[in-house]
Amino acid sequence: MDWEAFWLTIRLGGLTVLLLIPAAILTGRWLAATRMRGRAIVEAGLALPLVLPPTVVGFYLMIAFGSGAWFGQMFERLFGQTLVFTFEGLLLASLIVNIPFAVQPIQRAFEAVGPELREAAASCGLSRWRTLWRIELPLAWPGILTGTVLTFAHTLGEFGVVLMVGGSIPGETRTIAIAIYDRVQAFDEAAAGQMAAVLLLVSLATIAASYMLTQRIGRRYG
Amino acid sequence: MKSGAVLRFFVLSLAMLIPAAARAGDVPAIAAASDLQFALTDVAAAFKTATGREVRLAFGSSGNFFRQIGQGAPFQMFLSADEAFVQRLAEAGLTADEGTLYAVGRIAIVVPQGSPLAADGTLDDLAAALEDGRLKKFAIANPEHAPYGARAEEALRHAGLWDAIKDKLVYGENVSQAAQFALSGNAQGGIVAWSLALAPEVAARGAHAPVPETMHMPLRQRMVLLQGAGETARRFHSFMQEDEARAIMRRYGFVLPGETM
Repeated sequence: MDWEAFWLTIRLGGLTVLLLIPAAILTGRWLAATRMRGRAIVEAGLALPLVLPPTVVGFYLMIAFGSGAWFGQMFERLFGQTLVFTFEGLLLASLIVNIPFAVQPIQRAFEAVGPELREAAASCGLSRWRTLWRIELPLAWPGILTGTVLTFAHTLGEFGVVLMVGGSIPGETRTIAIAIYDRVQAFDEAAAGQMAAVLLLVSLATIAASYMLTQRIGRRYG
Repeated sequence: MKSGAVLRFFVLSLAMLIPAAARAGDVPAIAAASDLQFALTDVAAAFKTATGREVRLAFGSSGNFFRQIGQGAPFQMFLSADEAFVQRLAEAGLTADEGTLYAVGRIAIVVPQGSPLAADGTLDDLAAALEDGRLKKFAIANPEHAPYGARAEEALRHAGLWDAIKDKLVYGENVSQAAQFALSGNAQGGIVAWSLALAPEVAARGAHAPVPETMHMPLRQRMVLLQGAGETARRFHSFMQEDEARAIMRRYGFVLPGETM
């Protein structure tokens, strides 16, 4: 059992959730209410990682992160280190591939709140921020929770993108999914089996906990 | 939930996750060709006993590591299965020096237990099996970026079997995966690194025989310290050339610099 890889994966999932969910709440709220033209294009762009093969996403990220691309160069100049094959690069990749998993459930939840309630809140004199905080967020909470759980669980299981931009460096970019792959290649099926079982249990527990929480919230507000 | 509480929770979680991401002291990441999967793991254990220092090993195909190091992967040392990759990195100015030859590798035919194929190094039985239909699938590493795959292809061409066997080949992403394919029972055999075939974990799963060196170009394996290599990586680099490490490498079928078979 590669605990280093396990904790690295948990850390990656936790950081992805913490950084992505606040952004996804703002984006989801905006998409739910906007009547801007071209909204479909924005939504399509955000949904892309869902339909593209991970190798395609990984390929583009690898190119963009590399020292040959302006983005990679800019990052190197700003932070004095490269993005490819580092934990930071992996985190950035993880944020990008998880956008649809975070934004879509949250957007649906805000859409379900409906404009009438927002208008009612506004006519009661609540500011937009207070409306978001006191009225919309509590109602959209199950969607936010779903987005959080999907993002976390998906990060645990992501393989293709991590393989392309990560490079399986122990303690740096070797996530548990990659460690399982490595152990199989090393003819160490016992360790691979153990890690696969741990990943299975953690994923199951995460999703079960979210269902239980959603039910409780549903009862409170329903 | 109060907004202050949410913010506090957010900042606290972030603070808890980030310091853990900071790297441990001088524990260098070392990129090694997959044929070293077992040998180098043993060397690293001996190195730890001798010096109390640890290294982090990553195994993969030499061609992939070559590309990754070129893109700035934070490895401190690279043990390639093909010296050309090291020489190209040296030309690009990414290495500390020209590198050092550390071993010459051998390829071997491996067959899983119960395979209709015999572990025959001359590849004669492989030719017969192609004729009489005993062979369905045969594993080698991807010749495009894995040196052991390229040598396996050369041996198969030398034996005049390439055209006949081409449609039956399954390609491992690196030689270790090829060995896993070959011995999984889903293929009748494969040509992989002899150093993998000799490892107890692998040897227990089937039979193996080295392929004559005359059938392929030599696998001259070169290692090199990369730019930014620290003290531990430097010591590991010297340790590889000392008697203890050489004895381990010899046990895995490598021919060492200055020695003959």
